[in-house]
Amino acid sequence: MRIWKLPGPVVRVVFLLVLAVTALIFLRRHFVPETFGELGHYRAAAVAMNAEVPIQYAGLQACAECHEEEAETKQHSYHRGLACEGCHGPSVAHTEDPIEVQPLVPRERNSCLRCHEYRFSRPTGFPQVIADLHNPMEPCLGCHDPHDPTPPEVPGECSACHAAIARTKAVSHHYAIDCETCHEATDEHRVDPRSSLPTKPRDREFCGQCHAKDADSLSSIPSVDLADHGGRYICWQCHYPHFPEAQ
Amino acid sequence: MDNSEDNAVRRREFLERLAAVPCSMLVLGVIGPLEVAAEGGDEATDSEGRYYGMGVQIDRCIGCGLCVQACKNENDVPRDPYYFRTWVERYRIHADDEVVVDSPNGGIEGFPPEEEGKDVIRSFFVPKLCNHCDNPPCVQVCPVGATFKSEDGVILVDKDYCIGCRYCIQACPYGARYLDPRTKTADKCTFCYHRITQGLAPACVEVCPTQARVFGELGAKSSPLRRIRRMNKLQVLKPYLNTAPKVFYTELDGEVR
Repeated sequence: MRIWKLPGPVVRVVFLLVLAVTALIFLRRHFVPETFGELGHYRAAAVAMNAEVPIQYAGLQACAECHEEEAETKQHSYHRGLACEGCHGPSVAHTEDPIEVQPLVPRERNSCLRCHEYRFSRPTGFPQVIADLHNPMEPCLGCHDPHDPTPPEVPGECSACHAAIARTKAVSHHYAIDCETCHEATDEHRVDPRSSLPTKPRDREFCGQCHAKDADSLSSIPSVDLADHGGRYICWQCHYPHFPEAQ
Repeated sequence: MDNSEDNAVRRREFLERLAAVPCSMLVLGVIGPLEVAAEGGDEATDSEGRYYGMGVQIDRCIGCGLCVQACKNENDVPRDPYYFRTWVERYRIHADDEVVVDSPNGGIEGFPPEEEGKDVIRSFFVPKLCNHCDNPPCVQVCPVGATFKSEDGVILVDKDYCIGCRYCIQACPYGARYLDPRTKTADKCTFCYHRITQGLAPACVEVCPTQARVFGELGAKSSPLRRIRRMNKLQVLKPYLNTAPKVFYTELDGEVR
């Protein structure tokens, strides 16, 4: 069959289709942006665009290249995990022009208290102070070197680090019990907390020293029969020793 | 009678087939580049193989807000308290099971003291950011392909191509996106794409004083992120949405939404 012998409607349909496809190809070229679809359903150029944003924080290594001494001190201190730019601010501009652009040098108490002011929500063991009670009006830098903030005196009180526990205990019926009654902490624990963890009580009989029925203790102290109270559970599976009246 | 029916069937078949030709051409024309893309993608994955993720250790976060500050500094995020690429929430769980969450200005200046009261039984901080979902709802809804998952698994925004329709902001179940008031385009955490492509850590990870945030390649054989993933029970936010987040939390409380 020859094309000119095709019926008129078919020729018209074919003509329209060819026109439509040509138009599609042309419009697609025109409207779909360059690099679109090279890597996926997006402009490949956008990846590079996202990577071209200027950097503000130079990073630990850039600081250490010039400030070797501070980096070395900090490396062995409690602040080893803290980036220089955490306190001194973004410093890429300073690395490019060390004389003209000077980074922040925070000296006021508030800049330390951002991390070290007591908050109930902070994880226990993180060193915190109540600023109003901890040498008020004194600058932190007077006693602590921020690059090696080991306290000038080894903390005397457990509450220096375990503030949340200390405050809870202080308002509980166990307020009069010293930490040392239940925990033995070595001197090493005060200097390097994780190297030597304090002991904890191990058995029901420990609480029984005060709370057992036959214990030699004040009658106002609640007492239970260790034999049938609580079944196979150990005391602190139900009672929180730092706040025993909590339900 | 029979003959005309036969003819009618043939005519229909003929028209159907005729229609199929340009239809398939249309389909090919549209998906052609995508097929190429799939091939190209495989090559790139083989040569680089990077696929990024983040670990957040809740029990280490002290709520200092340095990450929020660093993020705004690094990425030029508007300072107003509505625009955050990352922010920190404080959860307080009361004895009567009431949960109070606050995040004053995203926690950028830290947190004010808690009001006194014995009935808070648990309290902690939760840093949040874009979860860089492996199955991202925001990418699915973008009508123009202006937000996408890059080959290294990072969800990025094409600011030049975004039309500012806000669909993605609506679609994100984590509230991780905002409309940049200056450009009127969607914006979000990029894992500091400009830093990680140069081997630096994201700004929030860089400044985190307790290493509550850890960044790395998910496939790396040995890395801090790998170790966290191995040693902890990992959780993600809103797992029931099947978004497959790549920000993993440890010690995440059941109350965290």
